[in-house]
Amino acid sequence: MNMRLLGILAVAVLALAAPWIVYPVFLMKALCFALFACAFNLLLGYAGLMSFGHAMFFGMAAYFFGHTVKVWDWPVEFGIVAAVLGAALLGLITGALAIRRQGIYFAMITLAFAQMIYFLCVQMPFTGGEDGLQGIARKPLLFGLIPTENDYGLYYVVLAIFLLGFGAIYRFIHSPFGQVLKAIRDNEQRAVSLGYEADRYKLLAFVLSAAVAGLAGATKAMVVHFATLTDVSSGTSGEVVLMALIGGLGTITGPVVGAFVVVAMQDYLAFVGQLVLVIQGVIFVVIVLAFRKGVVGEIADWWKARRKIS
Amino acid sequence: MLDIFSIPPQALFGQLLLGLINGAFYAMLSLGLAVIFGMLNVINFTHGAQYMMGAFAAWLMLTELDVPFWAALILSPIVVGLFGIVLERLMLRRVYHLDHLYGFLLTFGLALIIEGLFQWRWGSSGAPYPSPIPGGTNLGFMFLPTYRGFVVVAALVICLVTWYAIERTKLGAYLRAATENPTLVRAFGINVPRLITLTYGLGVALAALAGVLAAPIQQVSALMGTNLVLVVFAVVVIGGMGSIMGSIVTGFGLGLVEGFTKVVYPPASNTVIFVVMAIVLLVKPAGLFGQTK
Repeated sequence: MNMRLLGILAVAVLALAAPWIVYPVFLMKALCFALFACAFNLLLGYAGLMSFGHAMFFGMAAYFFGHTVKVWDWPVEFGIVAAVLGAALLGLITGALAIRRQGIYFAMITLAFAQMIYFLCVQMPFTGGEDGLQGIARKPLLFGLIPTENDYGLYYVVLAIFLLGFGAIYRFIHSPFGQVLKAIRDNEQRAVSLGYEADRYKLLAFVLSAAVAGLAGATKAMVVHFATLTDVSSGTSGEVVLMALIGGLGTITGPVVGAFVVVAMQDYLAFVGQLVLVIQGVIFVVIVLAFRKGVVGEIADWWKARRKIS
Repeated sequence: MLDIFSIPPQALFGQLLLGLINGAFYAMLSLGLAVIFGMLNVINFTHGAQYMMGAFAAWLMLTELDVPFWAALILSPIVVGLFGIVLERLMLRRVYHLDHLYGFLLTFGLALIIEGLFQWRWGSSGAPYPSPIPGGTNLGFMFLPTYRGFVVVAALVICLVTWYAIERTKLGAYLRAATENPTLVRAFGINVPRLITLTYGLGVALAALAGVLAAPIQQVSALMGTNLVLVVFAVVVIGGMGSIMGSIVTGFGLGLVEGFTKVVYPPASNTVIFVVMAIVLLVKPAGLFGQTK
């Protein structure tokens, strides 16, 4: 127990001191993707549903945020709320349709819907088409109390948003609702025979996951000042799968680790150009063939085995 | 009737014909996906990349080795099919016993690798492939390049031959039996793992064949299969993967629907297939030709 407390304390200190060690914009981007990956993993790990189209919530929320804040000149807080609600609504519509099929079909359906959203974003005027929405200004938060112009100030805001989203997911998983969800994942027929309406639980998990993905997308748009087609593309959907896979499917902290790895790869391997995709592909193949538990899963297993011996 | 919508018949028939050509590719690709899924229980995400490899192989044969189109039409699917067999032996074989998702993720990773390497080596701008049958006919309502007419006929023949091979021949019967109950079929002395390998090779060769046929119509580029495979997934969801004939009919049918949309409301032509998918999910979740499991 003491070890655990110590570990949490160490992570907290590291999170607070991080922007003075590592480039803050990188950290903020990584935190946004980490939240995005956690939202994805909530659905896969605890509802057994693999969405291959999660970029639609992430990217559309970025557009909603950009449009409300830049074009309609809303305060940032309202922009984020609007983006989260928009993503949740999109999740409600696509989720209600997608949960009608299971397993691999679910993945294909979400992928197809995301592609449809992508085509819509290319055509619709409010997204700025190929140019995207650029120059979304950072505005101070809470009536000017918290400055965000400065990267260091914004970092703590993003950290707070991340913790809020992460906390919501944690709370959700450990609630009675989360228990029912796990029961449905493990044996849907039995859960139904016990009187639980499986589809409702799955849909709510889907909407929640979409909303948190939206929170991540809106925050990312705030950090980098723009929302583009990349955020809604199938490439981003694939990346979030990769993040969860690297960290370990179904672990709570795994996606965070995976997100930092993938974002670091994008930033620090930019010089290899297109080969980043090849490297990502190789990681997919190696993990599926050899390390299906992911980094965090393997470490957890090793830790358990060690404790058994001692 | 046509006057009510004030659509000139030229535009209508022209777009329907173009839709039929697109539908030919949807049919060939969804057919390959269905054959592979039936036997391997893997959704082959690499299908789009293998389609691209087919087109590239034909283009490379033409520019580097002076192999004409008609020879490439046979050689390219063989080369790409053999590549598929290697992939199956080395990698896919290891995920059959796992959840379907792992096969999906594995083939997704392979698609990233293949497309990334082609893009790195040849860039993302396309290379033209000269039409093997130049010229065309004036049909009165539109000018039809002979080659495009040939593609529709060829695709129909390919689809029907595949259907015949699986539904009506002895080898096809083994295949269907092995899909139902592999253990029992093995007990009869049939080498099921080899059958699976051959099926994957055949499915991949089918994708490559579609790629060769597409080469003179589209530009040959590293990413030509990326978006196509996503549309084909929607086609597969609409048709359901249970039946071979179902994939063929759905493929051609959706091509026509897309062509029709291009006349009635052009901006929706990209998305209409996904809208159809949403409607089918509402009305008949198992797909038009699928069985509910």
